[in-house]
Amino acid sequence: MTLEPGLYHLLFISTALFFIGVYGFFTRRNLITMLMSIELILNSVNLNFITFDKYLWPGKMDGLFFTLFIIAIAAAEAAVAIAIIINLYRSHQSIDVENAEDLKY
Amino acid sequence: MPNATIIALIPLLPLAGFLLLGLFGRKYLKNSSGIIGTALLLTSTILALYTAYEYFFVYGKVNGIYQQLTPLKITWLEFSKGVSIDMGLMIDPISVMMLVVVTLVSLMVHIYSIGYMKGEERFSTYYAFLGLFTFSMLGLVLSTNIFQIYIFWELVGVSSFLLIGYYYNKPSAVAASKKAFIVTRFADLGFLIGILILSYCSGTLDFATLIQRLTSPESNEFKTAVTYSFLGASALTWGAALVFIGGAGKSAMFPLHIWLPDAMEGPTPVSALIHAATMVVAGVYLVARLFPVFAITTPAVLEIIGWVGAISAIIAAVIACTQTDIKRVLAYSTMSQIGYMMFALGVAKYGAEPALGYTASMFHLFTHAMFKALLFLGAGAVIHYIHSNDMKDMGGLRKYMPITHITFLIACLAIAGVPPFAGFFSKEEILLAAYQNNMTIYWIALITSGITAFYMFRLYFSIFWSKAHHAHADHPATADRHGEGGFVMMLPLVLLGVGAAAAGFIPFGEFVSSDGKSLESHFHLQFSILPVALGVAGILLAMWFYLKQNDRPAKLASSLGVLYKAAYHKFYIDEIYLFITKKILFNLVGRPAAWFDRNVVDGFINLTGNTTQAVSEGIKKIQSGKVQQYAIYFLGGVIVLAVLFIYIWK
Amino acid sequence: MSGSTILFYLLAALTLSCGVLSVTTRQIFRAAIYLLFSLIGIAGIYFWLQYQFIAAVQIVVYAGGIAVLIIFSIFLTQQAGEKLPKQKIGRKIFSALAVFCAFALTMVQVYQHEFSNIVTDAAPATVRNIGEKMLSTEQGGYALPFEVISMLLLAAMVGCIVIALRSKPETK
Repeated sequence: MTLEPGLYHLLFISTALFFIGVYGFFTRRNLITMLMSIELILNSVNLNFITFDKYLWPGKMDGLFFTLFIIAIAAAEAAVAIAIIINLYRSHQSIDVENAEDLKY
Repeated sequence: MPNATIIALIPLLPLAGFLLLGLFGRKYLKNSSGIIGTALLLTSTILALYTAYEYFFVYGKVNGIYQQLTPLKITWLEFSKGVSIDMGLMIDPISVMMLVVVTLVSLMVHIYSIGYMKGEERFSTYYAFLGLFTFSMLGLVLSTNIFQIYIFWELVGVSSFLLIGYYYNKPSAVAASKKAFIVTRFADLGFLIGILILSYCSGTLDFATLIQRLTSPESNEFKTAVTYSFLGASALTWGAALVFIGGAGKSAMFPLHIWLPDAMEGPTPVSALIHAATMVVAGVYLVARLFPVFAITTPAVLEIIGWVGAISAIIAAVIACTQTDIKRVLAYSTMSQIGYMMFALGVAKYGAEPALGYTASMFHLFTHAMFKALLFLGAGAVIHYIHSNDMKDMGGLRKYMPITHITFLIACLAIAGVPPFAGFFSKEEILLAAYQNNMTIYWIALITSGITAFYMFRLYFSIFWSKAHHAHADHPATADRHGEGGFVMMLPLVLLGVGAAAAGFIPFGEFVSSDGKSLESHFHLQFSILPVALGVAGILLAMWFYLKQNDRPAKLASSLGVLYKAAYHKFYIDEIYLFITKKILFNLVGRPAAWFDRNVVDGFINLTGNTTQAVSEGIKKIQSGKVQQYAIYFLGGVIVLAVLFIYIWK
Repeated sequence: MSGSTILFYLLAALTLSCGVLSVTTRQIFRAAIYLLFSLIGIAGIYFWLQYQFIAAVQIVVYAGGIAVLIIFSIFLTQQAGEKLPKQKIGRKIFSALAVFCAFALTMVQVYQHEFSNIVTDAAPATVRNIGEKMLSTEQGGYALPFEVISMLLLAAMVGCIVIALRSKPETK
């Protein structure tokens, strides 16, 4: 592997960031921290798209537009998630995800 | 060919009565159930008499033989080409005779019960059951094949169960009905195995074909039947013996007789119909039906039949001398008389003169039905009057119940074998057959006939003479007692009395014999002196003991000591059965089987159930409601699938 | 070793380390701040890749919008003070194991793949091009997704308000 940053290095970063987000999603007990992990995941995906756009198909801006739209959607989704968290907090008086097991057997 | 519809109607009319009264009787037809049942049965009787007339006189003999006709044959269950179970109607001398007997006695019982069972809450149910029984019995005698007879055999057993247990509030009646059903069912197991063996050996269930195949020594079936052997006896012998066991159970032969005395818990007309005249002779009928097989190919079994009949006859007669319940005396008397019929068949051979036993047995069946039904109905009238079954409560009733007295006396004379009543002729033929073929059985039969006369007249004198009867009008508490019994109760007694007196003069050998040809029955004067003398001696002895109340019976009983006690306790046979079942069967077979069933069979099922539950409890924890756990499982699954798809399944 | 290489590695280190810290720290406010830095790090990488427009959008929307939103929600649910509860050690180890396996699998696949058309010195997209492409209705144009996104944002706004609405008490 060359030291010169190229496609593979960027892919490494994006994959690593993705799985850090996944780890956070599995491990965190707080809903807001789970949301933060999801944001990390989404960002890693964005990075992935931009990388491919730059290195593989520079003329076509598909990757770029995907990224743009993902950012927009992530914003909307974060807003809705916060609304849900607030609602859950009102009914359960806590946002510990271990307490939200209403769909248990 | 006689009309199949008419013959089919004979059993179907009582069946219609059963359905009608059973379904609607309780609510709508309560008071008219008796009339309806009797009317249907009267029609059946007329049709039966018409059929008998047509068969014997109009259709008559072909080549000197009364033919075995099958007016109706329907294939019911067809297993394969040529192997099927049929249902049909068979007309032959004994079945026509049985039609007449069954319908006549049933009609008498129906009429009698209108008076006897008046005021019963379940009046219509009673008539429904009587209709069911009559249908089953008629179906039994009209069966064309051995499977059909088994079906009706069981139906008769069920009807008997229902009727014995008619007073279901009495625990003794319930126990008696269960006992009857279980003992006969147990015998029927033997019957079923016998049916299977015989039908397997002969390849058919139909009576005519079965008899023809198993009695001709050249046929293939016969050869196969005698080549298979088990414990020293051929398959054919086993089959015939097992079929006889079924018959012995139903006919209360020793040692399967224990149910018959207890069956007296049912209403008296029921005892008259089922346990005197019709159902208990089903075993005799079965042996008569398969007589060629027994006589020609398995004479060893016929020998056994003879001995079983003789032993039953004498044991029952001895026990009857000690019983005080009048119905029990009559029950043992029935057992004894059926023993006569059985051993008469046992000493007969097939064809011509040596087959006298066959004709005699059927003749005795015919006359016995008359006088035994009469005896039971008379006893019923007495019980109806006194409201007790025990001889000790009775005495001197001849003034108060004249018609009953006269008819009862006629029946007793008939059963004792006093000429010119019916029993004399039929008994004399039986004794003649025994004399000609087996001397030991002849002596046993002779002694039994003496004992029969004795205990019957003991009964007669104890009821109608003995001590004086206090008129009920003297007792203020019982001032509402009725008289002898109405017209409906007396009419059957009179009709049966006429039958018991006159039936002996029918030349039975003309009509019924083992091979269909007519059998000349001669009247041997010298021969009949000994039995008649014994009978009269028995009567006189009974008169000496019982005409007036005295202590001679008590002194005799105490002097006989142990013997008397054994006879009074019915030779402890019931106790032996109880011992065997309770101590041996229940402990050695029942308990381990129950343990096995509870622990191993149920345990296995419980184990599968519990295992399933435990596994499911384990699995259900996967659905914990926690999203993160689901996500972990998801990622795990994705990794596994990715590895599978990338590396393993390229 | 040129400056841009070092810059790249620095940015990468920042992003990843802040990401790790964000998912492991026990104080929620710190987690939010670490997330913020991680997002800024990503924006930096975009700048390094010469995708300035996207970098700007990243900072405006993510760092300035979403991170702030998260901080607000922390305050709204009164979480700013105490430490977060610890997770079971079994869960942590199992997740780490699963994640590491997945990461290894993915990286092996990525490195084994031969990307055949790597272009290293292309001209970056200008804002003008982006704008033209976004509103063009021809082949490869993104006018439709653009409109749909605006509908989506409207729906998201309305949805948030409805979900978070406190139910009014019955008026007499």
